[in-house]
Amino acid sequence: MEMAPIQDSRSADRTTILEMRGISQIFPGVKALDGVNISLHPGEVTALIGENGAGKSTLVKILTGIYVPSEGEILIDGQPVSFSSAQDAVDAGVTAIHQETVLFDELSVAENIFLGHAPRTRFGLIDWKVMNARAAELLHALESEIDPTIRLKDLSIAQRHLVAIARALSVEARIVIMDEPTAALSRKEIDDLFRIVEGLKKQGKAILFISHKFDEVYEIAENFAVFRDGRAVGHGRLSETPQDTIVRMMVGRDVSNIFPKVEVAIGKTVLSVENYCHPTEYRDISFDLKRGEILGVYGLVGAGRSEICQSLFGVTRPSSGQLVLEGETISIRSPRDAIAAGIVYVPEERGRHGLALPMPIFQNMSLPSLARTSRSGFLKAANELALARKYAERLDLRAAALSVPVGTLSGGNQQKVVIGKWLATLPKVIILDEPTKGIDIGSKAAVHGFISELAAEGLSIIMVSSELPEILGVSDRVLVMREGLSAGIFDRSQLSAETLVRAATGNA
Amino acid sequence: MKKLMKHRELLLVGIIAIMVAGFATRAPGFATPGNLANIFNDTSILIILALGQMTVILTKSIDLSVAANLAFTGMAVAMMDAAYPGMPLALLVILAIGIGAALGAINGMLVWWLRIPPIVVTLGTLTIYRGMAFVLSGGAWVNSHQMTPGFLNFPRLAVLGMPLLSWMAIAIVLMMWVVLTRTQFGRATYASGGNPTAAVYAGIDIGRTRFFAFTLSGALAGLAGYLWVSRYAVAYVDVAAGFELDTVAACVIGGISIAGGIGTVAGAVLGALFLGVIKNALPVIGISSFAQMAISGIVIVAAVVFNARAERKAGRIILRDRGAKEVSA
Repeated sequence: MEMAPIQDSRSADRTTILEMRGISQIFPGVKALDGVNISLHPGEVTALIGENGAGKSTLVKILTGIYVPSEGEILIDGQPVSFSSAQDAVDAGVTAIHQETVLFDELSVAENIFLGHAPRTRFGLIDWKVMNARAAELLHALESEIDPTIRLKDLSIAQRHLVAIARALSVEARIVIMDEPTAALSRKEIDDLFRIVEGLKKQGKAILFISHKFDEVYEIAENFAVFRDGRAVGHGRLSETPQDTIVRMMVGRDVSNIFPKVEVAIGKTVLSVENYCHPTEYRDISFDLKRGEILGVYGLVGAGRSEICQSLFGVTRPSSGQLVLEGETISIRSPRDAIAAGIVYVPEERGRHGLALPMPIFQNMSLPSLARTSRSGFLKAANELALARKYAERLDLRAAALSVPVGTLSGGNQQKVVIGKWLATLPKVIILDEPTKGIDIGSKAAVHGFISELAAEGLSIIMVSSELPEILGVSDRVLVMREGLSAGIFDRSQLSAETLVRAATGNA
Repeated sequence: MKKLMKHRELLLVGIIAIMVAGFATRAPGFATPGNLANIFNDTSILIILALGQMTVILTKSIDLSVAANLAFTGMAVAMMDAAYPGMPLALLVILAIGIGAALGAINGMLVWWLRIPPIVVTLGTLTIYRGMAFVLSGGAWVNSHQMTPGFLNFPRLAVLGMPLLSWMAIAIVLMMWVVLTRTQFGRATYASGGNPTAAVYAGIDIGRTRFFAFTLSGALAGLAGYLWVSRYAVAYVDVAAGFELDTVAACVIGGISIAGGIGTVAGAVLGALFLGVIKNALPVIGISSFAQMAISGIVIVAAVVFNARAERKAGRIILRDRGAKEVSA
């Protein structure tokens, strides 16, 4: 196993609260975590760094008792523990503040904090007096004077966040996991949060801090651990490690060998997006797309990548901006308009956005093309089947019959149905959102080969991806987005992992 | 799933056959062709309404206003017939379908434009349409002697040994089969219920699809309104009170998923026939109408349980299965 050259010189004389040894998490077809080691120390913050899909969330789910790891052991104070439920993790002193806090709008602040473990009176009823008093104490400790009796829906986002933190601290916890806690916060709110974190450190709690943002990591954390493709590829003290080293650990691999890029003759401009704006998700996005070109769109989660693609496809509407397709200015108000214009979108969440699972394969495939397969208003099953057969063969779809429900297929084959469905509309521009998410390495190469093939046939492709090697290996050009803005468009000659990560994280 | 559905429909046919045979041992003559044809004729209106209800349910909605729509439309055409005995019957039937469709379209617009949940919309219009029937009639009845003989006799006319009412039900079954399996609208109803988001992404306007489903359900309810008042030769405000639940029950028993997207015309028809057989048989073998309601209720719950199990088996939930296995390991 490759490890970073940094030696953790002080680990020997520090106490360790929690240690994870050789943790692996295997999902069908995917190894989400592969023999990961990590340890947490009292009074210290350990930053967990990695690209999307590196295995950070899986680790959090194991620590909070949601997943049971396939291999490996967890030690708390040197004693092996096993969590078979979220409650087990709480009992062992692990608590988590999640990225998207799960709270209840219609309940009071105190109820939210103590939901599931409310103090009881001796008759077994909820002791409101004690609950409200303890909620006020917890909030006071967080330097907040929110009234515990008001309803959550009357609070601001930042105040809700405080409630979520108070909830996490309402149980006796020695290990606090913070999963991208700053994602929705302003700079001032982040400063407040960091004061709270400093307070927790003084109380001797061990904190696992997950963040994409290097400035925050260096500000608050003592230790770091870098994950890549489900492996722990480096750890150490931040004070001894320059940022460059960490960036290299995050991306470090020989990219060009993984996905051989097929050279395709690039033609004229097909699609121009001019100054696209959206009230909340993105601003001032412009780019051109040429025939046979693959434009990669890179950025962190929440950078507005999927949102702009959904606007191009008519799911949401931009507030301003122009779209020019083959020289004509067009306006797309619905997916129907987009499909008619020749722009299609293969969504990230295949199950939720892509397929009607109870319907047969061929009916799913023909759904956007029904106008073409029907004759005088009546469906022609023969035409639909012919269409489905054509793309099933082309994509090597494995199914007992084209009339079986899509829900009976494996994930990979479902993905093929989604892609076939969109190719069948004979598009000019195809937008692929995370085309290889949840697919094992072997199949990824096949998908990439297929994308290149489509480009060679003259399709123009926009590929949104969070995976650097994929972006670097497949794209002709890359649009990097950060916080809803364009952080630059890079030509193939300028492409390097470091450039893209810097642009995406906002580190010059 | 298709296989399972076919299997399931065969199963329903088998259950209905066993029921008929069982009742025949207690009430001789129950299984004669004449009586079975009677049962079918009795169930015709339920079949027509259930097919409208099914279309709505396929789109992940529900229409609780069908019986109230039927009562209002039936009252309206009965009063027109009484007031203007010279009006041609064809015009009255077309009016019934038109009024019903208009009431259905109101449901559809509320669901489509105002995005109010269908159950709330139709619970409201259920009361409104009944209320309108009261306002229209002033609470008075339209009795058989006020209606013209043509108006009353039409559903009873025997063609090839069967009353026209039965033939109309058969025609509607065929029409609905074509609509749901052979038109883009039909496919859109399945897609809108099967996965609304995927349907939107495929360029289907879910709101419009639901609107047309409600309008179709309303039109069928309007037609059923005429058929009901002429068959029973009376129109009053409380006609078919609570009948909307029978239409939902027929769909559920027939395997139409209440979550939308799954179901066949054959299933809805068999579900309606199942209820029709029970309703006709229980009085014959001397079971009180209260016990009948309880028995119908038990059958519905059993059908829902059966459906839920069948659907769970069909739809693979990969993550959950794995999670369960790992926790137990």
